[in-house]
Amino acid sequence: MADPMKKVPVREQDPKERATNFKEVCLGYNAEEAVMEAQRCLSCKKPLCVQGCPVNIDIPGFISYVKTGEFDKAYAVISKSSSLPSVCGRVCPQERQCEGRCIRGIKGESIAIGKLERFVGDTARVEGWAPSTEVESNNHKVAVIGSGPAGLTCAGDLAKLGYSVTIFEALHKPGGVLVYGIPEFRLPKDGVVIPEIENIKKLGVKIETNVIVGKSVTIDQLINDEGYEAVFVGSGAGLPKFMGIPGEQANGVFSANEYLTRSNLMKAYDTESDTPIMRAKCVAVVGGGNVAMDAARTALRLGAETHIVYRRSEAELPARAEEVHHAKEEGIIFDLLCNPEEILVDENGWVSGIRCVRMELGEPDASGRRSPVEIPGSQFVIDVDMVIMALGTSPNPLLTSTTKGLEVNRRGGLIINEESCMTTKDGVFAGGDAVTGAATVILAMGAGKAAAKGIDEYLSKKNS
Amino acid sequence: MYRIISKQEPAANIFTMVVEAPRVAKNCLPGQFIILRVDEEGERIPLTICDYDRTAGTITIVFQIVGATSLRLSELNVGDELADFVGPLGKPSEFCETPVEELKKKSILFVAGGVGTAPVYPQVKWLKEQGVPSDVIIGAKNKSFVILEEEMKAVAANVYVTTDDGSYGRSGMVTKCIEDLIAEGKHYDVCVAIGPMIMMKFCALTTKKYGIKTVVSMNPIMVDGTGMCGGCRLMVGGEVKFACVDGPEFDGHLVDFDQAMKRSAQYKTAEGRAYLKEQEGNTHHGGCGNCGGDK
Repeated sequence: MADPMKKVPVREQDPKERATNFKEVCLGYNAEEAVMEAQRCLSCKKPLCVQGCPVNIDIPGFISYVKTGEFDKAYAVISKSSSLPSVCGRVCPQERQCEGRCIRGIKGESIAIGKLERFVGDTARVEGWAPSTEVESNNHKVAVIGSGPAGLTCAGDLAKLGYSVTIFEALHKPGGVLVYGIPEFRLPKDGVVIPEIENIKKLGVKIETNVIVGKSVTIDQLINDEGYEAVFVGSGAGLPKFMGIPGEQANGVFSANEYLTRSNLMKAYDTESDTPIMRAKCVAVVGGGNVAMDAARTALRLGAETHIVYRRSEAELPARAEEVHHAKEEGIIFDLLCNPEEILVDENGWVSGIRCVRMELGEPDASGRRSPVEIPGSQFVIDVDMVIMALGTSPNPLLTSTTKGLEVNRRGGLIINEESCMTTKDGVFAGGDAVTGAATVILAMGAGKAAAKGIDEYLSKKNS
Repeated sequence: MYRIISKQEPAANIFTMVVEAPRVAKNCLPGQFIILRVDEEGERIPLTICDYDRTAGTITIVFQIVGATSLRLSELNVGDELADFVGPLGKPSEFCETPVEELKKKSILFVAGGVGTAPVYPQVKWLKEQGVPSDVIIGAKNKSFVILEEEMKAVAANVYVTTDDGSYGRSGMVTKCIEDLIAEGKHYDVCVAIGPMIMMKFCALTTKKYGIKTVVSMNPIMVDGTGMCGGCRLMVGGEVKFACVDGPEFDGHLVDFDQAMKRSAQYKTAEGRAYLKEQEGNTHHGGCGNCGGDK
C-alpha cells in the first residue's frame, strides 16, 4: 500500500532525454494510478478545493467517480464547468488554487487534482466522449474576439445556452496563447489543444481565423452590419515589454513572445518549417514567470546552455513550482538576484554578452514582495549570444484605437463592470488578459465564464 | 478563400497577383499591409497592399522573389488558393487622416524604389481621387525593372523614371533625381519614399538638406503583425516603435536606418538556406565542405 500522505508519483520523460526533444515532459497517470490517487481524496463536505478553482469545478464530485472507475461520469461532472480539462490539468497553477486549499495538504501532500483532471480529459479524448450538444438555438448572435482560453470558454458557455456564437481569431490557427505561447513539451497541440477546440466547435461555435477585429472589421461593423447583439473581447495581452537598457536593439535580442511564437505557432523548432529561429550557443532569459521558463526550456531543447536571470530570489519566482522544478532538472542555470544592466554587442551588431549586477532583498514593496536592491560594485558578465526578454506585456492599442467608447484604465486594460463584465461600451463585454494584463489560462477561463453569464443576462433582459 | 484571380510577371522575378480577400478589401486604406502564408508549412510574410477593389472584394499584391516563400508564392497560378491572407495591418497613410483642403495646399513628391513602386501606387491613386495632384519618381536598377509606369502615369501629375544604369528615363539614383528636380525649379513640401531601406535612408538624407518633411514605409522582420511579437521594433527619434501597430510609416528623418538594416539581416543565413533547399531540393545536403551550407 502506498503512503496515503504522498501523491502517487507521476511518470515523466527522463530529464536528460527530454532536454533534447519537444515531446511532452509529463506522461500523466494511467487508470490504475488515477484510481489509487483518487482514493486519497477525503471527499470533504465543505470542499475548499472548489473555492480555489476559478471555474468552480465540482472537484470531489469528479474524483469520487474516478475512485470507482466511472471515468465517463467524472468527465460529465468536469464538463459542466470546463470545456478544457486536458489543458487545465496541464497548465493551471494548482498549488496556488485547488491543491493549495486541499485538507490533505496540511499534514502531507495534497491530492494531485490537476493530474486527475488531465487523466479524465485525456481518457475522454481517447474514448471519444464529448460534452452533450443537444441545445435548442435561440437565434441570437454573439461575436467573440480571440480564440484563447477566455474566448473559447465564453463561446462554449454561450453555445450551451443556445446562442449562435462566432469566434474571430487574428492568427491563422485558433487557440491563442495555448497555441502560440505554451510549448509543445508542456501542452501538445495536435494531441490536446486541437481536440478540445474541436469539442467547443461541436457545441455549434464557429471560428473564423485571419480576422483582426479593429482592422479587418470593427466592433461597430460587427454590431451594425453583421447583426451581432453582443461582443466579447478576449483579445489577450499585447506588446512585449523591454527593459530600456543599452544593447536591447542588437541582433539576437528577442521578446519571449517572438521566440515562442516562432517555435510554437510556426513550429520553427522543426527543421521542416519555413520559419527561421535563432539557434544559439548560450542564452540568457530575463524574467521569472511561466513564459520565461517556457522560453528557457525551448532554448535548451534547441541546443543552448540556458540561464534564467531574475532579480529576486527563488521564493519570489512567479512561475508554477512544477515548471521551475522541471527547468532545474533539465539543466537550466538559475542566476537569481541578478539584474541586467547592459547587453554587450559585437562589432557586427550581434549580442556578445550580458552585464548584470547582483541584488539583495530589501524591504517589502507595495505588492508585499521584498524589493531587490543593487549590491554596489558587484557587476559581472555572462557570455551569451542571445537574450530573451520575458518581462510581461503592455496592452495592445489595436482594438481601443479603432473603437469609440471603449475605455481603458491607467495600465491600458479594458475597464469592465465587475458584476456584468460589460465594458464602457453598451453590449461589449471583456475578460482575460485584455482586462487584467498578463495572467493565467484558468483566470482567463474564469473571466470568459463570468462574461458569458453577463452576456446572457444582458440579452435576456434586452429581448424580453 | 484567398483564391488567386490573376497573376502577371511585369518584370523578371517580380509578380503581381490579385487575391480574393473580401474582409481586407472592405476596410483597407493606402499605406496598410497584409500578411500571407502560402501553405500549411509556410511562414508568415508581410506585403504592402498595391491596390484594392471593394466591390469585387480583391486585393492586389506585388512581390519579388527573394527567398523560399516568395519563390513558392510565384509558383502558384490563377485559381489556386493561399492558406492564409490577413489584414489590413498597420496604420493607413497619414494622408488618409489629413483634411483634403490641407492636402491641396501641399506639393507632394513620391519616391518609389523598385518593387516599392507597388505600395506607392495606391497612395497616388487615393490622392488623385481626392483631387490632390502629386509627382512620382520611379527608380529602378535598369529598364527591365521599371514596373507600374503606365498605371502611375494615369494617376500622378508627373512621373519621372530614373534608372541606375541610364538604360531608361533619367540616369542615376533617385536621390540624384530629387536634387535635379529641385534644381530644375520644382518645390516640394512633403516627400514619401518607399523602397529598399538603403534607398529610403539616402532619400531622407537628401530631403533633410532641403528641409522637406519625409515619410518612409518600413518593412522589417515580423511574425504576427498584430503587436504581439515585437520582432518589428525599430528606433524612431530615440524611442522604441513597433512597425506593425505604430507604423509602417514613420518620419524618415527620425528612423535609425543603420540599426534597422542590421536587424533585417538577422535571419539572412537561415533564409538563404531555406531558399537553396527549395531550389535545389535534395541536392543540397551540406557537409560537402565547399559551400558552407552546413555551418
